[in-house]
Amino acid sequence: MAIDYPIYEHDVLVVGAGGAGLRAAIEASAAGVSVGLVCKSLLGKAHTVMAEGGIAAALANVDARDNWKVHFADTMRGGQYVNNWRMAQIHAQEAPARVRELEAWGAVFDRTADGRILQRNFGGHKYPRLAHVGDRTGLELIRTLQDYGIHRGISVYMERTVFRLLKDGERIAGAVAYDRERGRFLVFRAKAVVLATGGVGRAYKITSNSWEYTGDGHTLAYDAGAELIDMEFVQFHPTGMVWPPSVRGILVTEGVRGEGGVLRNNRGERFMFQDIPDNYKAQTAENEEEGFLYVLGEKYQGRDARRPPELLTRDHVARCIVREVKQGRGSPHGGVFLELQSFSQWYGRRVKNFNAAEHWKKKLPSMYHQFKELAGLDITREPMEVGPTTHYIMGGVRVDSDTQMSRIPGLFACGECAAGINGANRLGGNSLSDLLVLGKRAGEHAARYAQQHTSLPTIDAAQVEEAMRWALAPFERTHGENPFQLQQELQELMQNLVGIVRREDEMLRALEGIELLRRRAQQVAVSGNREYNPGWHTALDLHSLLTVSEAITRAALLRKESRGAQFREDYPRKDSANYGKVNTVVAKGPDGRMQVRFEPIPPMPQELLDIIREENGGQLPEELRY
Amino acid sequence: MPQILFRIWRGDRHGGQFRDYQVEIGEGMVVLDAIHQLQATQAPDLACRWNCKAGKCGSCAAEVNGIPRLMCMTRISDFPPDQPIIVEPMQTFPLIKDLVTDVSWNYQVKQRIAPFRPRPPDAPDGTWRMSQADIDRVQEFRKCIECFLCQDVCHVLRDHHKHEEFIGPRFFVHTAALEMHPLDTENRIAALKRDFHIGYCNITKCCTKVCPEQITITDNAIIPLKERVVDEFYDPVLKLIQLVFRPRRSSSVPAPSSSPHPQSAPTLSSASATTSAPVSPSSP
Repeated sequence: MAIDYPIYEHDVLVVGAGGAGLRAAIEASAAGVSVGLVCKSLLGKAHTVMAEGGIAAALANVDARDNWKVHFADTMRGGQYVNNWRMAQIHAQEAPARVRELEAWGAVFDRTADGRILQRNFGGHKYPRLAHVGDRTGLELIRTLQDYGIHRGISVYMERTVFRLLKDGERIAGAVAYDRERGRFLVFRAKAVVLATGGVGRAYKITSNSWEYTGDGHTLAYDAGAELIDMEFVQFHPTGMVWPPSVRGILVTEGVRGEGGVLRNNRGERFMFQDIPDNYKAQTAENEEEGFLYVLGEKYQGRDARRPPELLTRDHVARCIVREVKQGRGSPHGGVFLELQSFSQWYGRRVKNFNAAEHWKKKLPSMYHQFKELAGLDITREPMEVGPTTHYIMGGVRVDSDTQMSRIPGLFACGECAAGINGANRLGGNSLSDLLVLGKRAGEHAARYAQQHTSLPTIDAAQVEEAMRWALAPFERTHGENPFQLQQELQELMQNLVGIVRREDEMLRALEGIELLRRRAQQVAVSGNREYNPGWHTALDLHSLLTVSEAITRAALLRKESRGAQFREDYPRKDSANYGKVNTVVAKGPDGRMQVRFEPIPPMPQELLDIIREENGGQLPEELRY
Repeated sequence: MPQILFRIWRGDRHGGQFRDYQVEIGEGMVVLDAIHQLQATQAPDLACRWNCKAGKCGSCAAEVNGIPRLMCMTRISDFPPDQPIIVEPMQTFPLIKDLVTDVSWNYQVKQRIAPFRPRPPDAPDGTWRMSQADIDRVQEFRKCIECFLCQDVCHVLRDHHKHEEFIGPRFFVHTAALEMHPLDTENRIAALKRDFHIGYCNITKCCTKVCPEQITITDNAIIPLKERVVDEFYDPVLKLIQLVFRPRRSSSVPAPSSSPHPQSAPTLSSASATTSAPVSPSSP
């Protein structure tokens, strides 16, 4: 079979043009190398636009006590200490500079009274730390990077899907892609490849993620021989829309709770006050009054007000909501209520002529719009119905903490498809800062790697042809299964068997189901031609979705404890003695089968331990006692 | 479940026709849900762009019953159930397939507009000070999700096909966001007149009407820009002064940025507009 394909050459090829990919491409380009940026959608449409709340960075504009050390400690506590501490350190140290840089590139953040970048409260962050633009921070971030990046000499390849990485011996050599529009193949030859493909949310039925989130980068790296870590940690955001059915899963920003939104069950109880984990008790408000004062940044009984329980970490809030629903205290459509009226009433008693409608429209414009348009509901007057939605994966490609390079020479990863910084649970706001900090580093080190390797790698025509034959196979079957049907079955399976609450027997069934679906996926057929054919695209995505689903399930089975985003009904307690100092590692074995194992986390150096101890009331958590 | 008739444009650059599909309607469904249902059941090769399905990315722009809208934010219950819902691609851009059009022209236009060039930082730590009141207007413009519905409805582009001369409402909003940015020092007024032909806009406000982000495009962006053009080029007092002193003209060519990265020539390619040529075509 002879297939024509063009070959495009770049020093650095970046796959994915969300925040991380754009930031990596800008940095690589600044180093003077030739950069190609490939994306599945149009430029500026990536999932980063959905980020609402803000970018976490210890700028200390609102609370002068904030600094990188507190941000570091917050991130580690949120991740239950299985994070890569070096990444968490770099992230906390460099995030402020990355945010200021965005402003220099044209971003327009909301302001403090003295004209600096305003910061807001968010779950798990000790001080107001999230630089934001209303509730559309992600759009501001991606548009700023896009508008800056298009003047940097980066070659952008829009609407192309990379489906295979190429290697030259051990070294990365490039990638094979198809253009979505015409269905033609193209090959990239590159000294370094940066994966920035985002997450895996489309493996689940209820998700806040777009169609693009099919685990491409995870799977490309895994297939090429890289390792994945922490795959069991899938973040279910506590507040997605639940009604009407067609919008189920769409995100309701944590900013709603950060601005005073309150969760209630169908008895009107503020149930979050009833279940506050021990390690957060000292930081949580004792009553409604204190919680609301925290929102305003005011004092309560002479000391700083502590945050309301709605702002506990996402894993905990999501599980509390699931419990309320399971025990019959949910809202009519299987969620709980999230309401702004309590804060409005309380605030209205303090401030004369408080206009609640105007206040909320200004604070939460896109949430107002979203509920008004999609649910016909006015959030300034009526409670929302919310429930957990698959939002983010902490797990991903295992990379070096300083360079973002995987174990494959020349293959880098950053953003959601890379792992390490978030541990068992990501704090809201840390993903946008992660994109910027580690995206920049990935671009910088990919460029350096390319500069150190003067010769271009060789493209192996056999590898290319094999990949293309694989991609065309669904067209050759006249009778076969509908790829959409398989995708839907996988989503149901993952939702029901490897969701928020997990059990060994269910996950073993999930593994069998995944294996069965994998066999059926080899028999899918697509109709029509190669031009902009969603059926074909979905058929090819199945491979990635199945790979990440298996990785999530196998890692979740191995970790026989509950920690962060992983909740095991059969092992409901945290077991730090056995699992507090290890990461799960997934890799392809010599026989082609998926292997999963534990690997110890290197001990934290003394200066970082001192920070944790100080921020943890003088004590070290069990995970860090050596 | 109730059914509604959808009449959807099927075709490519060579031609096409409307085709009818019955869609089962559930509560709260939007037009994009109907398209997805059709892809999964009756028409797996029905092409449509979408991403967020929450009105935030601007990918699923199309014309529903003749009105440019985001399919993800158009509720089916807003239409009479006994009449077909007609869905067709945006008319201002070349058709690729079904509901997908080639919008790459917009990306090329943006590259012609001089980028942000900030004044030197206000504080020794490299930061600036801006008051919220001074950025409210710019933040309105920066809500734009680049769905290009305003471009689609603009008669200068849609009916008169002035794509070569006119940049359209989206990019007047973009230019306004730059021009009204408190930190920006670039001047794009001459380019607005000479290269982007803002004068072609006769403020019919169709763009404002279709904007899903409710940006007041005409009143807040285009008219103030027109006023700036008038001030610079048609002010009689200024004209008199200019007779005596030679005028200083601004440029639309990107000027060196004060940011840390050097400028270099832009390249951008989409599937339909490939500017970076392949280096070695091969057919193994």
